[in-house]
Amino acid sequence: MLRLEKRPNPSQFWNYATPVVAVLLTMVAGGILFWVLGKNPFEAIKLIFWDPLFSEQFAAYSRPQLLIKAGPLILIAVGLAIGFRAGIWNIGAEGQYIIGALCAAQMALWFYPAELWIVFPLMILAGAFGGWLWAMIPAVLKTRFNTNEILVSLLLVYVAEKILAAAATGFMRNPEGSGFPGSRNIFNYSAASNQELIANSGLHWGVVAAFIAVIFAYVLLHRHLLGFHVQLAGQAPRAAKFAGVAPARLVLLCLGISGLMAGLAGMFEVAGPARLITIDFNSGYGFTAIIVAFLGRLHPIGIVLAGLLLALTYIGGELAQFMLNLPSAAIQVFQGMLLFFLLALDVLSNYRLRLMRPAPVTAPAPKPSTESV
Amino acid sequence: MDLSSINPVVLIASLMVAATPILLAAIGELVVEKSGVLNLGVEGMMIVGAVSGFAIAVTTQNPYLGMLAAIVAGALVALIFAALTQLLMANQVASGLALTLFGLGFSALVGQNYVGIVPPRTPKLDFGPLTDLPVVGRIIFGHDILVYISLLIVAATWFWLNKTQGGRVLRAVGENHDSAHALGYKVTRVRILAIMFGGACAGLGGAYLSLVRVPSWTEGMTAGAGWIALALVVFASWRPWRVLAGAYLFGGIMVLQLNLQAAGFRIPVEYLSMSPYLITIVVLVIMSSSRGRRSMAAPGSLGRSFHAAG
Repeated sequence: MLRLEKRPNPSQFWNYATPVVAVLLTMVAGGILFWVLGKNPFEAIKLIFWDPLFSEQFAAYSRPQLLIKAGPLILIAVGLAIGFRAGIWNIGAEGQYIIGALCAAQMALWFYPAELWIVFPLMILAGAFGGWLWAMIPAVLKTRFNTNEILVSLLLVYVAEKILAAAATGFMRNPEGSGFPGSRNIFNYSAASNQELIANSGLHWGVVAAFIAVIFAYVLLHRHLLGFHVQLAGQAPRAAKFAGVAPARLVLLCLGISGLMAGLAGMFEVAGPARLITIDFNSGYGFTAIIVAFLGRLHPIGIVLAGLLLALTYIGGELAQFMLNLPSAAIQVFQGMLLFFLLALDVLSNYRLRLMRPAPVTAPAPKPSTESV
Repeated sequence: MDLSSINPVVLIASLMVAATPILLAAIGELVVEKSGVLNLGVEGMMIVGAVSGFAIAVTTQNPYLGMLAAIVAGALVALIFAALTQLLMANQVASGLALTLFGLGFSALVGQNYVGIVPPRTPKLDFGPLTDLPVVGRIIFGHDILVYISLLIVAATWFWLNKTQGGRVLRAVGENHDSAHALGYKVTRVRILAIMFGGACAGLGGAYLSLVRVPSWTEGMTAGAGWIALALVVFASWRPWRVLAGAYLFGGIMVLQLNLQAAGFRIPVEYLSMSPYLITIVVLVIMSSSRGRRSMAAPGSLGRSFHAAG
């Protein structure tokens, strides 16, 4: 009989191996899913993971998309990971992303059509402030009233979506847009535009910000006392108290940083790839970033790799939608399965599998339960 | 604006319908949390129930078969969560989120062929002349069977949790799993069954949404109902009758808000429709700020993994 035995320390090997194995298993399960949907599984997997980067036909368009999609995912996920490490669950990044974008857009619209260099930096500040402010609601409610930050941050996503709808159809609507919903085109307002820095690379200021955030998070988590406190609060809350960690300060800080980064991601998106505020401006980056953070093992470098991979599934998914008529929701299922496999395989980092009879020997890793697809 | 168009009897009758999905989901989650497990996947289980119930009801042209399918589907996706958290000791918060993300994608995938279809009608129960009574006729005798079943589930849950041996075992497991284990109770088995019950209830709640309350299928149609149900359990301090009161209160807010929109209230639609979420937050703040009571009410082992050593 198989038994789980808790490891004294998490296995380093499995810590690195689980994301890789999880991705491979998701490809297998995803292949089965595509097969059930009546598509050639090998063709679909190749179309999602290989063709966007290496096919002559698509790569010219798809390659720049990789950075465009990975930028916001990485930026948001890095912020979330800091909180997740401390056991502080901000799952409302999607809302902070929306509010950040709205604040930045409003800032740009105030200056429109003045061509001042200060507009873009002010928009960055406004975006960061908007995201931070929206995250401060669950943070302050948590520290003052002990309210569950998971529920509050998530519920605020719905509130943010309503504000977004009100903005696109009401107070931010383009006065020259002949009554159609949506703001002025911010991308075409050159003082506010988040242009590509190198032509056809997909590299814009948001991607630069994402990499700065990765370095910042790495230094914070691995070279700074605060990172130690974050780690301690997540793994041993009682010990953290004795070590002098103020839980309230940590909540304010972690939620604040993640909100700020999500708001920044929203700002770069609205001034760049999205171009303007519309009703469906948000595309789920805030939620996918949760998967990115876990797939990257809450480690800044891991998050870069995970962000690129999930960006690939977005682009490949669009390609598969276009070429194979694969429904767009299939990619969402795919991403969900990835998180399931990752969580399931995590058991191997923390536990050892033992055969009970005869003498205890390490058993080979079993296949995790395959989810119903 | 014309407030006189809002009829209180109709309001109460329709709030009961509006409240039923979150009531079902919340009572299921209450049992799950009483067993010491925090399943944040309610939204995912609800929407999977909504789409499977809808699909089966449309295929068979029988709403009750659809609801049955939703119960099974809800319990099955809950089983994924149970396997992850109970057998593989995965983090409950992350697993619940995964369930919600997966459920939203899965339902969109299954539901894409069902957009714009009208489901078979779920008939109201026939109480004969009782339905024509003034006031009480509409409120008490004017509903479909699910409204009564949901009330029955609340009563049965209260009775089972407080008056039976099985309920005591479940609460013991939730309060302190180590002691419960030492007493010989099967902690993992109890929790898996509780999680499946929660999934079944959430699935049924979702099907009520797509088959009766709306009735149609649109992507992401639960729109946070599952999260409101989670908040409701906190609001109710983990007590079944308070879940009922809370659900009807929220049902009232949702219906009133819709009525105000229809009556042409001067506030834009977007701001009125954010009120259920804002009020949920306010209620959460009020409930959790009275710290002493809350810490007494929450199950002791809530959200902690259990692994029997040896």
